[in-house]
Amino acid sequence: MRAVRPRTRVTGREHIVTIDTDSAPRIMFSGENFLLEDLPVGTRVIYPKRPLTGLANPTAAIRYALNHPEEMEPLHALLEPGMKVTIAIDDISLPLPIMRTPDIRQQILEIVCEMLADHGVDDVHLIIATSLHRRMHDHEIRRVVGKKVWDAYWPDRLYNHDACDPDGMVVLGKTRHGELVETNRRAAESDLVIYVNINLVPMDGGHKSVGVGLCGYESLKAHHTPRSIVDSNSFMDPSSSALASSVERIGRVAEQHMKVFHIETVLNNRTFDGPLDFMMKNEDDFTEADRLKFHAMKWSLDKLPFAARRELLMRTPAAYEMIACYAGACEPTHARTLAKCYEQYAVDVEGQADVLITGIPYVSPYNVNSKALNPLLVQVMALGYYYHMYRRRPLLRDGGVMIITHPCSDKFDPVHHPSYIEFFNRLLPETTDAYTLEKKYQDEFAYNPSYVEMYRRGNAYHGAHPFYMWYWGQRGREKCSRVICVGADNVTAPTLMGWETAGSLAEAVDMARGTMGRSAQITMLHHPPILMTDVQ
Amino acid sequence: MHNAQPKYRNSAAFYDVDGTLIRINIVHAFAFYASRQPSLLSSAARTLKTTASIPLFWAADKVSRKWFNELFYRSYEGAHEDRLTVLAEELFEDVIKPNIYPRAQALIDESRRAGCRQVIISGALDFTMRPLARYLGVDDFIANRLEFKDGFATGHLRKPFVAGATKAQIMRDYARARGVDLAESWAYTDSYSDYPMLAVVGHPTAVNPDLRLRSVARSYDWPVLDLS
Repeated sequence: MRAVRPRTRVTGREHIVTIDTDSAPRIMFSGENFLLEDLPVGTRVIYPKRPLTGLANPTAAIRYALNHPEEMEPLHALLEPGMKVTIAIDDISLPLPIMRTPDIRQQILEIVCEMLADHGVDDVHLIIATSLHRRMHDHEIRRVVGKKVWDAYWPDRLYNHDACDPDGMVVLGKTRHGELVETNRRAAESDLVIYVNINLVPMDGGHKSVGVGLCGYESLKAHHTPRSIVDSNSFMDPSSSALASSVERIGRVAEQHMKVFHIETVLNNRTFDGPLDFMMKNEDDFTEADRLKFHAMKWSLDKLPFAARRELLMRTPAAYEMIACYAGACEPTHARTLAKCYEQYAVDVEGQADVLITGIPYVSPYNVNSKALNPLLVQVMALGYYYHMYRRRPLLRDGGVMIITHPCSDKFDPVHHPSYIEFFNRLLPETTDAYTLEKKYQDEFAYNPSYVEMYRRGNAYHGAHPFYMWYWGQRGREKCSRVICVGADNVTAPTLMGWETAGSLAEAVDMARGTMGRSAQITMLHHPPILMTDVQ
Repeated sequence: MHNAQPKYRNSAAFYDVDGTLIRINIVHAFAFYASRQPSLLSSAARTLKTTASIPLFWAADKVSRKWFNELFYRSYEGAHEDRLTVLAEELFEDVIKPNIYPRAQALIDESRRAGCRQVIISGALDFTMRPLARYLGVDDFIANRLEFKDGFATGHLRKPFVAGATKAQIMRDYARARGVDLAESWAYTDSYSDYPMLAVVGHPTAVNPDLRLRSVARSYDWPVLDLS
């Protein structure tokens, strides 16, 4: 245990620290545990911004947004007795980790449903906009919408979207680029669709809400391709993302047929509080109590079996607070949401890195309440999400080396990720080329009746989902010269994905310097909480 | 929906029945017949005999499905063919239909929508499978056939016995005759004893599997479906 070291140099920006000879070791996530690592002198550590203050009265903010929407009439003015309304809701992939109750969606739904009832609107369905994600379990839906809404609507009028239901989907047309626009029939046939969104990162919300959340496989196929991923300079910067452009085109066609009232919310980044509040701090600022808490937590996690560690972490909700709520027409509403999002998450950084170090946590958008973060999802967290956590210029320069910390165990959840297992063990040994995989196998998995059945009536991700996970990492794969996994408990899984392994962070840094030179600029992204960089 | 065109043209889906599509097995079917004898006394006697034989059946099944079949179908000796056929409809309505797994029909519908031929392949008796096949809307069913002499069951099965490795052979023959590509076909079963039928197709799937099959499915990365 070390004393506080005041000599660590803090740059002009409080969230960027340069490691000195006697800096404190840094805490890094490594799956369901943590590593405490001394970083090389000169390493730049980028911390998230401090959480913006949450709105004092979220329900008042929601009501204000409904009554003062962007470029649309207030919600109450859109309502007529007897009309048909569908409320679509973001699924469990947001936020991460799950937030404390009451969930923001519950707060919005209680207000909106009451308003609908007051205006004589009784034909109301609530659809969890899962797209090709797994169906949410009953207890998860109940937790998100709250008891009042659950009791009133479940199960006939509150249910998961089903992208493979031949009677439940409808084609609305094509975009000028020929992208098919297929959406949920109930939503398409409604007089009004209300979309309840949570924005955690700038990739969420906007046209993605309806354009992706309620779409079918053939529609998603148009933009979830290796090509569009490679052409997306960053997922987190919609203005330079081919993926976002395609989704926008699809969303615009959808909204020519459907009247959609968007309700978007932005959360701050208060991922940890209470006994875990030290996780929000710079390690140099730790008090003795903070250090004790960390070591006690790590000691406990070291002693616990994997399943118990996982359960413990999954059951620790985040203390997110709402920092903004906007409503109205899609694009003006989302523009305000994005601005607020960047205000919370974007950190100014000078210059790119040659070597990027980042810890991979236990959770991703696709394994909430699953039994493991399987290797494909480790890959999507590293090369899909963390590589893309930038606006304009990538933090890691082209040809740079990425170092991640995760056990990368060969563990899959057979209920949530059955097609991932076949993809990983049957297809990846044959080829890791995303373009070949797309052409040769994607449809086979998408229309495999076993996977369709598991998606529609079980709780499995759609058969094509592992392909998207692999594509998600395509730009990162093409831009990084090496990916080194520290702390992997096996060599097979990382090797299958084209990665190297190292026994320690020091070894990984030596390997990276072998490629990038002794004077390589090393940067560590210190998250969670989530942050994204604005490289100058 | 956009994908109206079936994706598979030369594929089939082969389903085991007992434990896979329905909760019950052939012993339940026999118990039904045993309890519906011409007189109350013979019904009671047959039921008692069946109950007493259950441990023996269980032990035989553990050793070999072929032994089990040979032993078990002797119980039908002397039964009249017409009677068995007529009672099969009642057996289906009273015993089989309430025990079809809730998601079995949905699985068959998904598979049909994908363009696969639907085939039941079961060690149960053909006359008991006929109403089920009709109800589920499958294209073909392959089941064991009792040998009859002068209209009465001899207690022996006609060959080939539909079980174990023979199921796989029957599937190969079926595929050859119908132009089905087994590499692009599916097989669904709950029991490790049906491992051969899973091994001959490109897409094996364990359904409500026993412990041994679950373990094999995990090792071979086969999907595991729960239809209950």
